[in-house]
Amino acid sequence: MIGIIDYGMGNLHSVASACAYLGLPALISCDPNELETCDKLILPGVGAFGDMEKILRESGLDKWIIRQVTEKGTPLLGICLGMQALFEKSYEFGEYDGLGFMEGQVVAMEPVRFHEQNEELTLPVPQIGWNRLHISTDFPLYEAIKDDPYVYFDHSYYATRWNPADLAAYAQYGPYVVPAVVIRNNVMGCQFHPEKSGTTGLKILEWFGREFMR
Amino acid sequence: MLTKRIIPCLDVRDGKVVKGVHFVGIQEVGDPVELAKKYNDQRADELVFLDITATWQGRKTMVDVVRKVAEQVFIPLTVGGGISSIEQIRDLLSNGADKISLNSAALDHPELIEQAARAYGSSCVVLAIDAKKMPDGTWHCFKAGGRIDTGKDAIEWAKEGTRLGAGEILLTSMDADGTKQGFDLELCKAIKKEVHVPVIASGGCGKLEDFAQVFEEDAADAALAASLFHYDELSVVDVKEDLKRKGIEVR
Repeated sequence: MIGIIDYGMGNLHSVASACAYLGLPALISCDPNELETCDKLILPGVGAFGDMEKILRESGLDKWIIRQVTEKGTPLLGICLGMQALFEKSYEFGEYDGLGFMEGQVVAMEPVRFHEQNEELTLPVPQIGWNRLHISTDFPLYEAIKDDPYVYFDHSYYATRWNPADLAAYAQYGPYVVPAVVIRNNVMGCQFHPEKSGTTGLKILEWFGREFMR
Repeated sequence: MLTKRIIPCLDVRDGKVVKGVHFVGIQEVGDPVELAKKYNDQRADELVFLDITATWQGRKTMVDVVRKVAEQVFIPLTVGGGISSIEQIRDLLSNGADKISLNSAALDHPELIEQAARAYGSSCVVLAIDAKKMPDGTWHCFKAGGRIDTGKDAIEWAKEGTRLGAGEILLTSMDADGTKQGFDLELCKAIKKEVHVPVIASGGCGKLEDFAQVFEEDAADAALAASLFHYDELSVVDVKEDLKRKGIEVR
């Protein structure tokens, strides 16, 4: 059973629907007692980092997640804002502590001027749309998704100063190298929305559900 | 960089996808879930659902439509039409919509954009602008399905809307809409030049080449069409093949 952590910020319906479509049993809950019965966890998230940090801290879910992941070894998938939560810190409207499973800091992308094909353009922020994954050949899904490597991004912040050993895939957005899939031990993060990325996204979600840390 | 997006638009009334010309002679073209699946299979990048029901009951139906589509189709879903409160936005987003688009209500109450962006993030908030060219060469924003001239300058409103937190502009040219003569490149470029968020071009596409043109001229980040796809005059596959041949990156 996959436990989708409901802390009031995230498109839980879509993540749950994608799991159902894939035949992966899942439940949505904010209750640690219920989530405790799950052998995998998903931390979704849409919104601002500070709001998420406050809710997780005040509900005690932050400490509970850390215990599950580090003591029990439960596999965790963070999606979008939920992936950003896996790093050490975020500087979205302030300075906040993340869950600290991976080295890295979350900072804003700026609408910078950049050059593309001899043209000077202003980078649209947020990044909204389908971008190509540059996939590490070590990533077990490399063969399965390399021919259709496009996934759907929707974010204004991204992780920097991550450990290259954790990077399974990245996307290039203007001048920014956006870590797209990160994996460290039993923790995985997707900056894009696998539940909104068509067949490729479903393959990634299914891999987490069936193969990851099996 | 991002691929250019092709977005079929589905007008929904009382739970059915309909197509009509200026709200006259509306006819049903099908079930939203079936059409959404069809476009998903054709590799559409996103779907826009426009609720053209004017009743409270119809709005409840729209939430069900979104929920059912989101159980079967795993690409981004945007819902617009008659959205005027944070409660409606919450209902739609929590039932599987990824973005909501605001039009008339945002013109009447610009603070709605700000509230929605603060609550759900800019990336969930699309500002829909229906623009029509005036004799003096400027564009005005129209509201209420294109029936009322607000007198507001479309370029200024696009800038204000993005400043308030809109993460995308869905730009419909009322002059081009229905003509099948191609997207309104002049309008799209005028807006795109002034905002730092993605612009979705809508209105006017009538043939395959129109899509490539709007991207080659860097007039938009995405292109939206309705009847062209509903009546199978073109499939999304055809459009993407043509774009690929012309060196435009699509998924």
